[in-house]
Amino acid sequence: MLRDEDRIFKNLYNDIGSDLNSAKKRGDWSNTKELCDKGREWIISEIKSSELRGRGGAGFPTGLKWSFAPKEVGSRPHYLVINADESEPGTCKDRDILRFEPHKLIEGCLISSYAVNAHKCYIYIRGEYFNEGQKLQKAIDEAYKSNFLGKDACGTGWDLDIYIHYGAGAYICGEETALLESLEGKKGQPRLKPPFPALIGLYGCPTIINNVETIAVVPSILRRGAKWFASLGKPKNTGTKIYCISGNVNSPCNVEEEMGIPLKDLIETHAGGVIGGWENLKAVIPGGSSMPLLPKRICDTIKMDFDSLIAEKSGLGTAGIVVINNDQDIIKCMARIARFYKHESCGQCTPCREGSGWMWRMLERMAIGEASRDEVNMLMDVTKQIEGHTICAFGEGSAWPVQGLLRHFKKEVEKRNNFNPLINTKKKIPYLIDQHLLEKKNA
Amino acid sequence: MSIKKICKEQPERFEFDVKNLEKAKKIITNYPEGKQQSAVMALLYLAQSQNENWIPLAAMKYIGKFLNIPYIKVYEVATFYTMYNLLPVGKNFIQVCTTTPCMIRGAQKIVDACKEKISNNENELSENKNCSWVEVECLGACVNGPMMQINNDYFEDLDKEKTLKILDQILKGGSPKPGSYRGRVNSEPENNRKTLLDTRNA
Repeated sequence: MLRDEDRIFKNLYNDIGSDLNSAKKRGDWSNTKELCDKGREWIISEIKSSELRGRGGAGFPTGLKWSFAPKEVGSRPHYLVINADESEPGTCKDRDILRFEPHKLIEGCLISSYAVNAHKCYIYIRGEYFNEGQKLQKAIDEAYKSNFLGKDACGTGWDLDIYIHYGAGAYICGEETALLESLEGKKGQPRLKPPFPALIGLYGCPTIINNVETIAVVPSILRRGAKWFASLGKPKNTGTKIYCISGNVNSPCNVEEEMGIPLKDLIETHAGGVIGGWENLKAVIPGGSSMPLLPKRICDTIKMDFDSLIAEKSGLGTAGIVVINNDQDIIKCMARIARFYKHESCGQCTPCREGSGWMWRMLERMAIGEASRDEVNMLMDVTKQIEGHTICAFGEGSAWPVQGLLRHFKKEVEKRNNFNPLINTKKKIPYLIDQHLLEKKNA
Repeated sequence: MSIKKICKEQPERFEFDVKNLEKAKKIITNYPEGKQQSAVMALLYLAQSQNENWIPLAAMKYIGKFLNIPYIKVYEVATFYTMYNLLPVGKNFIQVCTTTPCMIRGAQKIVDACKEKISNNENELSENKNCSWVEVECLGACVNGPMMQINNDYFEDLDKEKTLKILDQILKGGSPKPGSYRGRVNSEPENNRKTLLDTRNA
């Protein structure tokens, strides 16, 4: 177990209070000026050598991302945008940072803005987190009052303004270019990349977009040194991470732990174990709903870091762990996830718009055993036609959980859906008519 | 994609009241000059709060003029995002999360409770006209599931009985306390905390 002094988010459960004075007691804002005085190159190289990877899902090296921003400010201003549009089912870590550690985020914003030459920082919070946004706004106001923000912020000689922008209930706005569109006051439909936002982003200006957790750990890394951060976890998968453990466990919780901790340890130590015991485990979604699930066999030994999970054809994503035990119907669980993606598809690319609904309808029928044998293979085929054929990663996000289901539980799906296609029995019906369209409400 | 319908009975006029007008002007200054379109989402929220929790077409036209952008640009934003209500909803707008993490902890029972107490169908006003409920996708409080949101507040760690009690209070015009209904502190592991014990006991 991670030692308490190595934890970055000491107020994760709000034992101490989230206001400026309590935050200062935890060490926030203690030597921000000295850190910035060491210069941009130092900050970026320190983040690079800490091997911090983005905490929002994709796991892109943060230092590398920052180095993509132009070194000198040209005719266009630079922006820093914080992605607090946390909507991935199973994930609720950013909420606790916004509520209880807002000053870590604000201080991180100042240092990162300085590193990427931005004078303006927008924090995009999902609309449902209204109360959390108000708490953050209160913290921002406190920081302005103490001259930690605004002109010559915190004595660094750097001007920074932070603004909060509320979303309005669109999951897709967590995708960075959709978020920019939304920030510009448009529909949240992702942009084609390249050009990447680091060169052409918000209002066509160079923009760096990072997750809340990524930015909130930056001050601690600089303060305690990249070496300390890199000593935690495994090479290329360093540091600590807030895991959200939900679903069929005895005490669901958020907890900060080392990267690379075995999944079983995490569940048994912190979440009080699986309901009905470890043997009652059916599957685990390791990184938010878009990551393929893992059956118990793999969960016995898997370690929670980016590379170990990729090796098992899943991913760490946002580290939102959803535990599913044998009392649940795994097909139904996945059908519900498919419904989520059907609801949240932005409608821009046809494979995703049509495919996400198609997958949902098929899975709903499979859950009650009303699909024919050949549809199981067809479902796999549909996922393959969505994956990689869309502008953004939402296509993969909607296809992967279904692929995960078919990869590990195909036998169970086939056992339940075992009848001959109707088309074979009633030969008079024209071939192109989908039988289920005629009879069933879900078709 | 979700389908959004427009209310058939529309008020003819809409204007920000003095307080909201001031707020709107301040919001526009958050964005660079000439990029006032960015404020459209925040302004739609203001209109929604001013107009009993839903947005009429007149408000969209008004906001379009206010920001000097075409009406259609406002309309497409209002219809794209799910949190803008284009139909009248109750003064107490209840959103029940039913996505997988909440579902496997029994979100269906919360839905049943809403059906029992408020109305049989989603988006239908309760008998006393002050409440309506809707099933929504993940609200981002998964470790506290099952949960629901009433206006801006999260009600967490629910079961059917507790939900019925909350709904009773709401229907009577009361304001129940938000947060966990199993008495746990925020998102800490219930009865099983092993971390940061020094800070808790300090």
